[in-house]
Amino acid sequence: MPTTVTVGLGSCGIAAGANKTYDKIKALKETDKLDFLLKKTSCVGMCYREPLVEITDETGTYLYGEVDADRAVEVIEKHIHQQEPIRDYIVYTDLFDAPENNFIRAQVKIVLRNCGYMDPESIEEYETRDGYRAIKKIAAEKTSREMVIDTILKSGLRGRGGGGFPTGMKWKFANANKSADKYVICNADEGDPGAFMDRSVLEGDPHSVLEGMIIAAFAIEATGGVIYCRAEYPLAIKRLNIAIKQAHEKGYLGKNIFGIPGFDLNIYIKEGAGAFVCGEETALIASIEGERGMPRKRPPFPAVSGLWKKPTNINNVETYANIPWIIIHGADAYAQYGTEKSKGTKVFALAGKVRHSGLVEVPMGMTIRDVIFKLGGGIKNDKKFKAVQMGGPSGGCIPDFLSDTIVDYDSVNATGAIMGSGGMVVMDETTCMVDVAKFFLDFTCKESCGKCTFCRMGTKRMLEILDRITNGHGKEGDLEKLEELAYQIKDNSLCGLGQTAPNPVLTTIRYFRDEYEAHISHKKCPAKVCRPLLTYKVDEEKCTGCMVCLKNCPVKAITGERKQKHFINQEICTKCGVCFSKCKFESILLS
Amino acid sequence: MRIVRMNTNTPANNGDTQDLSLLDPIIAKHKGKKGNLIPLLQGAQELYGFISKEAFAKLSRETGIPLSDMFGVATFYAQFRLNPVGKNIIKVCHGTACHVQNAVEITESIEEALNVKDGETTEDRFFTLESVACLGCCSLAPVMMIGEQTYGKLTGNEAVKIIKNIRLAEKN
Repeated sequence: MPTTVTVGLGSCGIAAGANKTYDKIKALKETDKLDFLLKKTSCVGMCYREPLVEITDETGTYLYGEVDADRAVEVIEKHIHQQEPIRDYIVYTDLFDAPENNFIRAQVKIVLRNCGYMDPESIEEYETRDGYRAIKKIAAEKTSREMVIDTILKSGLRGRGGGGFPTGMKWKFANANKSADKYVICNADEGDPGAFMDRSVLEGDPHSVLEGMIIAAFAIEATGGVIYCRAEYPLAIKRLNIAIKQAHEKGYLGKNIFGIPGFDLNIYIKEGAGAFVCGEETALIASIEGERGMPRKRPPFPAVSGLWKKPTNINNVETYANIPWIIIHGADAYAQYGTEKSKGTKVFALAGKVRHSGLVEVPMGMTIRDVIFKLGGGIKNDKKFKAVQMGGPSGGCIPDFLSDTIVDYDSVNATGAIMGSGGMVVMDETTCMVDVAKFFLDFTCKESCGKCTFCRMGTKRMLEILDRITNGHGKEGDLEKLEELAYQIKDNSLCGLGQTAPNPVLTTIRYFRDEYEAHISHKKCPAKVCRPLLTYKVDEEKCTGCMVCLKNCPVKAITGERKQKHFINQEICTKCGVCFSKCKFESILLS
Repeated sequence: MRIVRMNTNTPANNGDTQDLSLLDPIIAKHKGKKGNLIPLLQGAQELYGFISKEAFAKLSRETGIPLSDMFGVATFYAQFRLNPVGKNIIKVCHGTACHVQNAVEITESIEEALNVKDGETTEDRFFTLESVACLGCCSLAPVMMIGEQTYGKLTGNEAVKIIKNIRLAEKN
């Protein structure tokens, strides 16, 4: 087997400089006339070690981390020229203990089975990794539509977009409604801030999503497919387009595909135009139809009357990526993972104040603590773990004392948060929970489509109260008012956005009431985040009298001579924080 | 995070003349197809960087879609711009991961350095500063994107340095 060198070129890898690494290795290969295969792949999930380069030779596979262009020269010199792997740079290998071995081994990769292991722009590589085998198996064994649906039902797969509705059930409903035209839609409008699983799957393994859609189309007799993808993901769109083109060339899309008579299917991509609410299925349909993306009343559900008023099945990217695996390995193989009511695995996007931010796929039922500490490596800078935010703007914050909660739909719901699409933003003691609640509410307030009064105006009123609290003008009774508004909004909104928008506020009030009260009664922000509640002072021990803060202060509140201790006049200070960020000696104190 | 919208009291066009005939192939491609409104607007914006009053009028006249429908859709989605933008669009990410890692400081530093507010364009129309919800590079937070390039693990000072370098590179 020839030696291969593979560079990870997902969005995060590229942002970390992987293109430069790739170019450098390519140049070295040419100038030194080196005999190895240079390949591209996508994200393996280890975002915190990007750029990643994998070298496979006859002795085994070695994954190198943080390979910038300079380190690439070193790695090629040692490993390829001298056949001596550089142990210090290796983050994962089967051959010896490497720092990230556990990160990979603790995971169960079903959705991410190909991400980071193959070239996403090659249909051949996908096929060598069991690609399109599921749909070929269905065609060869003449499996009936009902049997396919039954397998998905038995597997226990639930919608991975956040709703958690059984996928097989959805297909069954769509199949039950007869019509000459039916559609399958892939929801790739991953709008939750802090979630990037779908982007990684689309960038790393676009064909698995296509194959999942093809199987769904077969099961419900759909004639058309649409992938609704965020315009903010240009690389995902590019790779999907390549995948669709390749599938057409192979005859996997088009007419009578896979030799199944009358099975015609075309899939096209619809770029979203930037509206969070379009992740809601009826709003998404309205957007594909070219209208304002406002949700519609359900029933009728899309399975009865969806796109162009035809029966439609909508699933999320991660859901579709599961499908081919389930068909190949069987429903029981999938259902062996997970808990009683939540089967299989779930991909989480770990981010925030966690050491190992990246993508992890774990069996349902793992505790939140294990995800954050075993896989995530704990909290950055040895700070104290405070809470984890799950489910984005629709979800909530789960505090540290509930971190033994297991990840499955029902357990997470019981905490007041939701599983959501899989974003896990970790927060430490320097995160202000009132500020976080305000952040999410600001988001939902801006993204509310405006159709339902309670969502449109209620979120605005709640935001105003939170604004007041974080500005030091909180009043007695504010919390009660927030809670009352929250329940009104939840009860009186048509779609998921409004029904869940108050969750971040409700969960933070529930678990961090003392922090709200510190803001309201004592006008203090314990995490030192809300600037109007802070006092800036000069630490006289550390101040060197460099005059940087004095020169940068926009209101001239700082006085002092060169090499003399400076002083901040609290009556003039507007608490803008400029002195704090400009000081090189950490001599501005917050209290 | 939604971009600050056009002030409807100001004229949408900046006075530059646009070659509206460039719209013809886009109209020909999408005319009469169902669900064509968003692709039409996306096409127009790709051409000019924003959608001018004149472009709206022409699209409406030639496709028969009422102007009110077009305006309704264009103002609903964050993607569409009704005012001209700078040559380089700075998208500062304000997703959750970036927010808890001080993305506010990035925006404030750039605002100060360029003397614009979030959503505005510099006088020389070289930079437009925007906030976006999530660029999906949470592991590199806080991040910003200029053109196709993403910059991660920023501080306010670094962000300003990057912007100054872009301006320098362009001048030389």
